[in-house]
Amino acid sequence: MIVSNFRTKEAIPNHIILISFSLLAILPILVLFFNSIKPFSEFGLNPLGPPSEIRIQNFPDAWVAGEYSKIFFNSSKLVIGSVILCLAVSLLAGFSLAKLNPKGSSAIAIYLLVGISIPAQLYILPLFLLWKELSLLNTHLGLIIIYSALNAPFATFLIRSYMIRLPDELFDAAKLDGANTFQIFFRIALPLSWPVILTAGLIIGLAVWNEFLFALTFIQDPNFKPMATILFSFQARFENNYALQSAAAIMMVAPVAILFMLFQRRFISGLTSGGLKE
Amino acid sequence: MNFFSNKSFIAWYFVLPVVFIHLFVIGIPSILSLALCLTDWSGLGKINYVGFENFIELFDDRYFKKAIFHNILWTIIFLTVPVCIALMCAYLLTGIKRGQMFYRLAFFFPYMLASVINCQIWKYLFHPIHGLGGFFESIGIQALASSPFTTKETSLYAAAFVDGWHFWGFLVVIYLTGMYQVDNHLYEAADIEGATKFQKFRYITLPMIRPIFIFSLMIIIIWSVPVFDYVYILTGGGPAYSSEVVANYLYTHAFVRFNVGYASAVGTLMFVYVIIIVSIFGILRKLGWEI
Repeated sequence: MIVSNFRTKEAIPNHIILISFSLLAILPILVLFFNSIKPFSEFGLNPLGPPSEIRIQNFPDAWVAGEYSKIFFNSSKLVIGSVILCLAVSLLAGFSLAKLNPKGSSAIAIYLLVGISIPAQLYILPLFLLWKELSLLNTHLGLIIIYSALNAPFATFLIRSYMIRLPDELFDAAKLDGANTFQIFFRIALPLSWPVILTAGLIIGLAVWNEFLFALTFIQDPNFKPMATILFSFQARFENNYALQSAAAIMMVAPVAILFMLFQRRFISGLTSGGLKE
Repeated sequence: MNFFSNKSFIAWYFVLPVVFIHLFVIGIPSILSLALCLTDWSGLGKINYVGFENFIELFDDRYFKKAIFHNILWTIIFLTVPVCIALMCAYLLTGIKRGQMFYRLAFFFPYMLASVINCQIWKYLFHPIHGLGGFFESIGIQALASSPFTTKETSLYAAAFVDGWHFWGFLVVIYLTGMYQVDNHLYEAADIEGATKFQKFRYITLPMIRPIFIFSLMIIIIWSVPVFDYVYILTGGGPAYSSEVVANYLYTHAFVRFNVGYASAVGTLMFVYVIIIVSIFGILRKLGWEI
């Protein structure tokens, strides 16, 4: 798998360049982490380095100041709701496009592909007015529906490209045993597809957790805001209290970092699959 | 596989939910927007048809032209800086045996973070007193004494820098995937001929990853159109429109001034532009460009 097109002794300059770029990527995040455990009084003298005294209290402080018990709940609700709804519709569609090939399925694939490239700015305003009519503004359900629609084309293609590789013989055998399409979907396609379900779920969850534009537009009531937009208003509210701000930011990064450590390959392959042709 | 050809409508039931939800959220509002761009609607009251007046007004709007120019600059910056760095890093990565995974994770991690987080990190680092500016001052160097986000000359580039910092690791992984597929014998043959590292890159790697490379350029061009988060959070388009981009301009018209017709006209232009770009790449592929 690993191609080495240089001789080994030439690898040292490679490492030097690569290390400097990894530092550029990681050091800023490390500074954020240092700041989150630094006492507020230390910022003036030591803006970038590790803290001389670790102050974990920043986290409870930020938790209380930002009412994070509520905010965490809001974000988790959005993530879980969107992952479930989006996976449900995408699994059905991915299965159909992979194994049932309905007439005109290529038209649907083209529609979804165009859907991916439409800039959100084209439809966000009519959608906002529509959501206002339907009283879906400032509700989590409204945002869950939007997030599911936004991520569904990607998830559908990801699931389709996985299910298409499942052996046809399994499906034919089940068909001969008299199973109907729904039974085949639930008893054969779903159990065999858990790897792609996990990957798609992680990517959808990450996208929802990090999303900014729609959260900003569709939820204005601070009681219903998710992490991303709360953090944004936090930055304005506690403008110079970097200890509090950084602790709040780290609380948003932590779940992502932990999941990334556990599922790095899934995240990387899932996130880049949209950028790669099949 | 055709085991349900007699009841192919069942296959349609499976696709309907996704089509329905997508039409409801994206398809129908998009069509509405394409229609509303010909009106002067303000979100309330009567809808008047005004023809192409919004577009005529737009092409006369000096802030809109500025925003378009900034989007073009943004696209050019992203087509050059992150692409070059990512190509170099991916190529160097194929040349090492140890630490591959570490570098990949380090490069990719910023891509996982939310725009609000990345913006907060760099707002702090570029803060004249608290961040790098303060650090440089403490060691006696005058640098970054004012925040690049609030300086007219640099605000756009500073926002692009933060977005690029977050994005380039994604490109590394994509290019790396392409480079792994290159046949090792080609490099061995080049070694025998005594080719330099750069020659191997120029005459073997680059031509071999061309499909992925061209594809990455296309997605950069498309993704540079709706750029919003980084500009909105870091500079808000300012100071004095110096970092205004089309998406932020549209947002102001849509949700601050409620010019529905005008904002829809901007959205329509963005959509048309994206469709043209996608079609150009599609046509080039049909013409046998292997992209």
